[in-house]
Amino acid sequence: MDIGLAHYLTLAAILFTIGVAGIILNHKNIIVILMSVELILLAVNINLVAFSTHSGDLTGQVFALLILTVAAAEAAIGLAVLVAYYRNRGSIAVDDINALKG
Amino acid sequence: MQAEAFFFWVFAIVLIVSALAVISARNPVHSVLFLILAFVNAAGLFLLMGAEFLGMILIVVYVGAVAVLFLFVVMLLDVDFAELKQGFVRYLPIGALIAIFVGGELGYVAFSWIGSPSPSAAATPSGTLSNTAAIGRVLYTHYFYFFQAAGMILLTAMIGAIVLTLRHKVGVRRQNIADQVARDPKTAIELRKVPSRVGI
Repeated sequence: MDIGLAHYLTLAAILFTIGVAGIILNHKNIIVILMSVELILLAVNINLVAFSTHSGDLTGQVFALLILTVAAAEAAIGLAVLVAYYRNRGSIAVDDINALKG
Repeated sequence: MQAEAFFFWVFAIVLIVSALAVISARNPVHSVLFLILAFVNAAGLFLLMGAEFLGMILIVVYVGAVAVLFLFVVMLLDVDFAELKQGFVRYLPIGALIAIFVGGELGYVAFSWIGSPSPSAAATPSGTLSNTAAIGRVLYTHYFYFFQAAGMILLTAMIGAIVLTLRHKVGVRRQNIADQVARDPKTAIELRKVPSRVGI
C-alpha cells in the first residue's frame, strides 16, 4: 500500500487525541500535562509538514519551525514556573494551585 | 516504495505506542524517556516525508534540549508522584469519552474531506536544492520578520526562565571587580615600624 497524505494526517489525529486524553487523565500532574502539550504540538507539526511536502510548498515547514520555537519557549517558561512554584509551596499538585481563587 | 511503507508503519506504531506510554506511565521519568522515543520517531517520519531539516531540528531541539530539561526538572523536584497519579482511573471514562469525541471529529473531517490538494509541480522546491538550502532561501527572505520574531520569543523565554529561577543567597562571597581594579599601593600596602626583638 502506498503511503500518502491520509496516512500522515490519520497518525497526527491519533497523536493529537492521545495528547488531549493525556491532559484529562493526568489532570493532577502538571509535568505530564506539559508533556501532553508537547505531544499535541508534535501532532500539529506532523500535519503541517505532511501538507507542506505533499503540496511542495515550503511555507508549512517554515511554520512548523516557528511552532517548534514557541514550543521550546513554552517548555522552558513552564518548567521555570514549576520550579519557582515548587520552591514556594513544596508541591506541584495542580489542585494546590488555588491562591488566586477569590 | 516498499521500504518507505515499512518504515512508515514502524515509525508510526512506535510513535503511537510511546505516546500512549507517555500519558500512562506510572513514573514521570519513564514518561520523559518515552517522550524522547516519540520525538525520535517523529523525526524519522519527517525524514521519510522529505523534511530533513525539520527532522534534524526536532532531534536537536526536542531530544537535546526540551526533553533533557523535562528530565532535569522531574529528577530535581522531590515530589510524591504516586499521589499525583490518583484519579487516573476515576477520570478514565471521561478522558476516553473526550478522546473519542476529538478523534471522531478529526476522523469525520478526514473522511468527509474530498478535495485533496493536488501537488503543484511548479511549487516543488527546486530539484537540485537540498531541503535545508530551500528552507534557508525562503526563511531569510520571505519570512525574515517571522524569523526575527522567533528569535525575540526565544530571548524572552530565556530572560523569563532566568528571572523566575534566579535566587540571590545571602552570605555568599562574590568577587568585586571594581574594588580590585581600584586598589593602588596607597590602600593596599601598609608600612609598619617593627621594633627589634618584639615583633608586631
